[in-house]
Amino acid sequence: MTYIDAPSTERPPAAKRRTWTSARITGLLLMMLWAALGLSIVYMLVSGYDPEKVTKYGPRILSGIWVTVKLVAMSIVLGALISIPVVIGRLSHNPIIGGIAFGYSYFFRGTPLLAQTFLVYYGAGQFTDVLKAAGLWVFFRDAYFCAIFTFSLNTAAYQAEILAGAIRAVPSGQWQAADALGLRPFTTMFKVILPQALITALRPYGNEVILMIKGSAIASIITVLDLMGQTRYAFSKSYDLQIYIWAAVIYLITVEVLRRLWEMMERRLTRHLRR
Amino acid sequence: MANYMELLAFGDSGWGDELAHGVLVTVTLALATLPLGLLIGFLIAVAKNSSEPLLRNAAHVYTTIFRGLPELLTLFLIYYGGQMAMSALWRLLFGHPFEVNSYLAGMIALALMFSSYASEVFLSAFKGITVGQYEGAYALGLSRFRTMLLIILPQLVRLALPGLSNLWLILLKDTSLVSVIGLTDLLRNTNIAVGVTKQAFFFFFVACSLYLVMSIISSVGLRRVSAWAERGQGRH
Amino acid sequence: MKFAKTLVTAAALLALSLGGASAKEWKKVVIGTEGAYPPFNYVDTDGKLKGFDVDIALALCEEMKVECEIVAQDWDGMIPALLAGKFDGIIASMSITPERKKVIDFSEKYYNTPPAIVAPKDTDIKGVTPEDLAGKTVGAQVSTMHADYVEKKLTESELKTYPTADEYKLDLANGRLDAANDDSVVLSEWLKTEAGACCKLVGMVTPVLEIHGPGAGVGVRKEDTDLRDMFSAAIKAIRANGKYQEINKKYFDFDVYGG
Repeated sequence: MTYIDAPSTERPPAAKRRTWTSARITGLLLMMLWAALGLSIVYMLVSGYDPEKVTKYGPRILSGIWVTVKLVAMSIVLGALISIPVVIGRLSHNPIIGGIAFGYSYFFRGTPLLAQTFLVYYGAGQFTDVLKAAGLWVFFRDAYFCAIFTFSLNTAAYQAEILAGAIRAVPSGQWQAADALGLRPFTTMFKVILPQALITALRPYGNEVILMIKGSAIASIITVLDLMGQTRYAFSKSYDLQIYIWAAVIYLITVEVLRRLWEMMERRLTRHLRR
Repeated sequence: MANYMELLAFGDSGWGDELAHGVLVTVTLALATLPLGLLIGFLIAVAKNSSEPLLRNAAHVYTTIFRGLPELLTLFLIYYGGQMAMSALWRLLFGHPFEVNSYLAGMIALALMFSSYASEVFLSAFKGITVGQYEGAYALGLSRFRTMLLIILPQLVRLALPGLSNLWLILLKDTSLVSVIGLTDLLRNTNIAVGVTKQAFFFFFVACSLYLVMSIISSVGLRRVSAWAERGQGRH
Repeated sequence: MKFAKTLVTAAALLALSLGGASAKEWKKVVIGTEGAYPPFNYVDTDGKLKGFDVDIALALCEEMKVECEIVAQDWDGMIPALLAGKFDGIIASMSITPERKKVIDFSEKYYNTPPAIVAPKDTDIKGVTPEDLAGKTVGAQVSTMHADYVEKKLTESELKTYPTADEYKLDLANGRLDAANDDSVVLSEWLKTEAGACCKLVGMVTPVLEIHGPGAGVGVRKEDTDLRDMFSAAIKAIRANGKYQEINKKYFDFDVYGG
C-alpha cells in the first residue's frame, strides 16, 4: 500500500498511472483475447470468402434483411396502436376494464414469444373452417402475417406497460395544476401529461424496438424467410458456419447503430432536463 | 371437455406426463443457468466499475455482443459453432471429440445473455452504494475482499434484486428457444403432442398457461425474497 | 534449412499420428438418426427409437461386429453433428445427393424408394408436372432432396420448408399448403393414418439422378473411408444372408431396396 504515502513533490502524478496493476493486466489480457477472437473471425470470413456462395446466398440474405425490417416496423407501429386501449385500461379505475387490460398484458409478458407464435400459427390452422367462413383465412394462411399479428400483440403489451408506467410517473401536481388552470381532462392529457410521459418513456421504447429486432428471428421457425430464416436456409444447404457469423455481424451492427442513434435522439430531446 | 382431460392424462394415452417432464426440464435448465449467469454478470459488473479503462472496455465489448445478438442466433452459434470448435480442440488435446449437447449449449447461450443484462443491473446497484461505505470499511481496517463480502455485497443484493427478478422471468421464457435445438423442454414436448394429436390450439394454450403458472409462482417467491432483503430498511 | 527440416519431420509425424488415429480399429460406432420420419425412423410411446433405419443400423453393426449406440438428432443439425464428431454414421434415410457429397461421404445405398406428391382430397391439382403445380405452395422438409426438387424443377411453385415432416403435415391438413413432396413410402404410410385422412396421393415423381441420387446411404465423415467401406460391405452381406429381407418384411410388402 505504497500509494497512501505522503505525496512526494518529485514524483509526477503521471508516473503512478503507468504501474501495472492486476486490473490493468487482466484488462489487457481480455482485450487481447477479444482482439484475437475478432481477428480470427475476420480471417475466417476473408479466407473463406467464396464468390460462388456470395452470388448464391447474397441476394437471399439481402431480401431477408428487408423482410426483417418490414416485420419489425409493422409490428412496432401496429403494437403502438393496440397499446393505446390497453394503456387506457391499465390506468382505468374500473376493476373490470383494468382487470382485462392487466390480464392481456400479463399473458403476453408472462409467456414466451415462441409459444405465442406457435399458438397463433398452428392454432389458427386448426380453425381453418371458421376462419374461412369469417374471411380471415387469407390473413392467417400466411406465416408472415401470423408473425406480424403475434409480434404486434406481444409488443403492444410491453409498450402499454412502458407508457402506463411513464404516465403514472408524472407527478400528481401536474394534474392538479392543469385542473386549477381550468383545462379539460383531454387537453391536460395531450398537452401536459403525455409530452412529459413520452420523454420518460423514450429510453424503454428504444429498448423495446431492439428487443423486437432480436425477437423477430423467431419468425424463421414458422417458415418466414427473414434474415434468420434465410441464414438457416443457407446453412442447411452449405453447412458453412460463416453464414451464421455474417448474420451475427449484421444483427450486431443494426442493433448497435440503432442504439447509438436512439441515445443521440434522447440526449437531444432531454437537454432541457439535464442538471 | 372429457376428451381434453383425456389428452392431458398421465400414462401412455395422455400427454400429461410428457408435459410435466417438459416443465421439469424447463425449470432445471433455468435454475442451472442462474448461478452461472449471476457469477459472470457480477464479474462483468466489477470490471465495468473498475477505474481501469482497458478492463472497462473489455467488459463493454462483452455486453455489446451478447445484448445485440438475437437469442436464437446466439443459441445456434453456440450449438453448431461451439460444437465444432470444442470438438476440434478436444480431439487435438485428448484424441476424442467433446460433445456439446443441446442442454449444455442452451445453458451456455442463456448464461451469456443473462449475464450481459445482469451486469447492467449489478452496475447500477454498484452506483447506488456511496463511496462512504468503502471509506468506512477501509477505516475499520477491512481488506478489499472482506469489504466486498461483508459491506458491499449485502447492499448490492438488495439494490439489484428488482432488476434480477425481472431477468429471471425473462430467462424462464427464453428457455423455450432451446426447444428449437432439440432439448425436450415444455415447448418441445408440446410440439410433439401437437404433431400426434393435431390439437394445436389446445396444447399450445396449455403450454402458455404452464409458463404463466411458472412465472406467477416465481413472482410470489421473489416477492418473499425481496421482503427478506428489505428487512433492514424498516419500512414494512 | 535445419529448421525447415525439423518442421517437415514434425508435420510428417503429426500426419502419421493423425492418419493412425483415423485408421483405428472400429470397436464402437455411434449412429445418428432422426426419429421423426415414420416408418423409417420414429420414437415410440416409450421414447425408444424404432423403425426400418434403426433395425438396419442394428443389423449392420452386428454384421460388422462392432458395438453400436444409436442417438437421436434433429434433421437440420444432422450433418453438422456428424462433422463435429457427435456420431460416426448417419442412418436416417439420408439420400446420397451430389450436394451432400461435397461435405460428407456415403456408403452404397441401403434402400431406394421414389418420391411422391400429396395434396388435400379436394385439390384441383391433376398431376405432378411443373405445369400442374404452377402457382401452388408446396411443402417439404428442410434440406432434403425433396425441397431441392421443388426448388430446382418446380420453378413455378412456391416452396415452404419445415424442420420436420410433422410440421408440413400439419400445414397440409389445415390448408396452408396446396401440396407436399416427400418419400412415397413415408407419405403413403401417413395417408393410412387418421391424421392423413385429409389428403391423397397425387402421383409419383420420377427421380432425377442429379437431385435424388441413387438412394439412401449411410453417411460418414470424408476421412473415415474405412468405415464407409465397412458399411458398404455389411449392406451387401445382409442383402445376401437374408437379414435385410427379414427386416424389409417387418415394415413393407415390397422390396424397398429398389432397382
